[in-house]
Amino acid sequence: MLSSLSSLYEQNGYNRFKMSKFEEYDLYVKNKDFLISDNIITFNDIGGKLLALKPDVTLSIVKNVRDEDTLKKVYYNENVYRVSGATGAFKEIMQVGLECIGDIDTYLTFEVISLAVKSLLKISEASVLDLSDLKVLSALLDKATESAEVKKQIFKLIGTKSAHEMDKFSSQIDAPYLAAIKEIALLSGSPDAVLGKLKDILNGLVDTSVLSDLESLCALLKANALDKNVRIDFSVVNDIKYYNGIVFKGFVSGISKDILSGGRYDNLLYKMGKAKGAIGFAIYLDLLEDLQNETQPFDIDAAVLYDENSDLVTLSNLIAKLNGENLSATAIKSLPEKLKCRKVYKINGSEVSILEDNA
Amino acid sequence: MKTTLNIALPKGRLGEKVYAMFEKAGFPCPEIKENSRKLIFENEELSIRYFWVKPSDVAIYVERAAADIGVAGKDILLEYSPDVYELLDLKTGICKMAVAAKKEFRDNPKKTLKVATKFTNIAKNYYDTLGRDIDIIHLNGSIEIAPILNLSDVIVDIVETGTTLKENGLEVKEKIVDISARLIANKASYKFKNEKIDALVKGLCKILEENSND
Repeated sequence: MLSSLSSLYEQNGYNRFKMSKFEEYDLYVKNKDFLISDNIITFNDIGGKLLALKPDVTLSIVKNVRDEDTLKKVYYNENVYRVSGATGAFKEIMQVGLECIGDIDTYLTFEVISLAVKSLLKISEASVLDLSDLKVLSALLDKATESAEVKKQIFKLIGTKSAHEMDKFSSQIDAPYLAAIKEIALLSGSPDAVLGKLKDILNGLVDTSVLSDLESLCALLKANALDKNVRIDFSVVNDIKYYNGIVFKGFVSGISKDILSGGRYDNLLYKMGKAKGAIGFAIYLDLLEDLQNETQPFDIDAAVLYDENSDLVTLSNLIAKLNGENLSATAIKSLPEKLKCRKVYKINGSEVSILEDNA
Repeated sequence: MKTTLNIALPKGRLGEKVYAMFEKAGFPCPEIKENSRKLIFENEELSIRYFWVKPSDVAIYVERAAADIGVAGKDILLEYSPDVYELLDLKTGICKMAVAAKKEFRDNPKKTLKVATKFTNIAKNYYDTLGRDIDIIHLNGSIEIAPILNLSDVIVDIVETGTTLKENGLEVKEKIVDISARLIANKASYKFKNEKIDALVKGLCKILEENSND
């Protein structure tokens, strides 16, 4: 899986970004909200400087962007160290991702999103990429209310598609705006089905030219026959302190949560003092384990029993022959109780006999 | 490909009430009404499967996609913040999360408030918004006796009728939030079983509308 994703990214002009396992702790403290979890493994280096095992790769890539770089296209596959929600313990997580940093235009946005769609398809045909545009939501919410607290709560409710909870804001938000927000929270479907509806909802409330990014992106996806697995769904609400514009999340049937997450994050670059745009995504490969449900009927294809009297040439020849047939084989003196073998051979002198055949 | 919709319902009275709504919404599974100790019931014709689980576990089943949808109390959703969609307020199982204490209790802001509760996160968040310093005592049941035995100053708990409180000499001091049963869905299942989930949501909405007109 890893190599097929890597070659997909390399074909499209993305270079591998390789980094060390640790980074200065300072980098993460300054951008704590960008990280999925607060907990970071830290340690002192020889000089007393505080280092951290990297919980994230994007920050390191952004840190290394220089002002003279015009356009940086990189991908990575790295282990990151985070607290896993379920156990509350640190976990090493294999993460693959891609970042495009520079002057991001419609084509580059399309390029990154099409790579996200293709990555998901490599994992499974039954996959979906949910697309949202924070600019659209912000435009609507900015007009609906001035209260930052209300906006924050509405964002959260859109994230859980809980339109029924929004009525409690009826005194703070004008009815037409509240109705529009509720409708948008529940929108979900193919670009063809949703874009028209979206325009109707926003009409008269905000300048509908705010939809142009989403529209031109969807048109490009359609022209490249990549829109089949794409849905527009505004419940993708990444933190607006870092993200702006298009954001997306990828789902694969059989995996309980989003395996891919990404978006446009110009705000992070601005915060780190770089006047550039950026878009990228990460794939959490550890979740692929969920797809491997089948249990193996056997631990090994063949066990070959031998003792002091066995002819070792016969033994080594048999193992080589089995390996040649693409079967796994182990030479062993006595059979462990729990080992399930497809076939058990026994070497008596230079004689080969089959003791068990469970195939 | 036939895809079965897995529905987790909370065991008990609320679950039965909710099942009746699901049945009316076009998702029946007659087997479920037979008195048995089975926990899983399937309607193969409609490709739906119901199962009874402990009410506080519904959100876990749904978050991890063992169930595609389920019904959980708002109290559980607030306490554990599972990563799921909360699609509907089913307007049943209505009660409230409240602060209760002995009738004569008056808060002394000069000392740390001792709060006994099963819902530590809800209590913590509530007092955080008030900027009140508290000491949380996590209990698993019979919360009402904590103030009586001076284990705590107040309790944060679910109040339905208030009878249990009254019988133990306590009363509600502040309401924190209204609680009712919510329809929740796994975020991935919502993409891949969208048609069925949508049909169910629409069916339930219709029932809720009829009920509110009664």
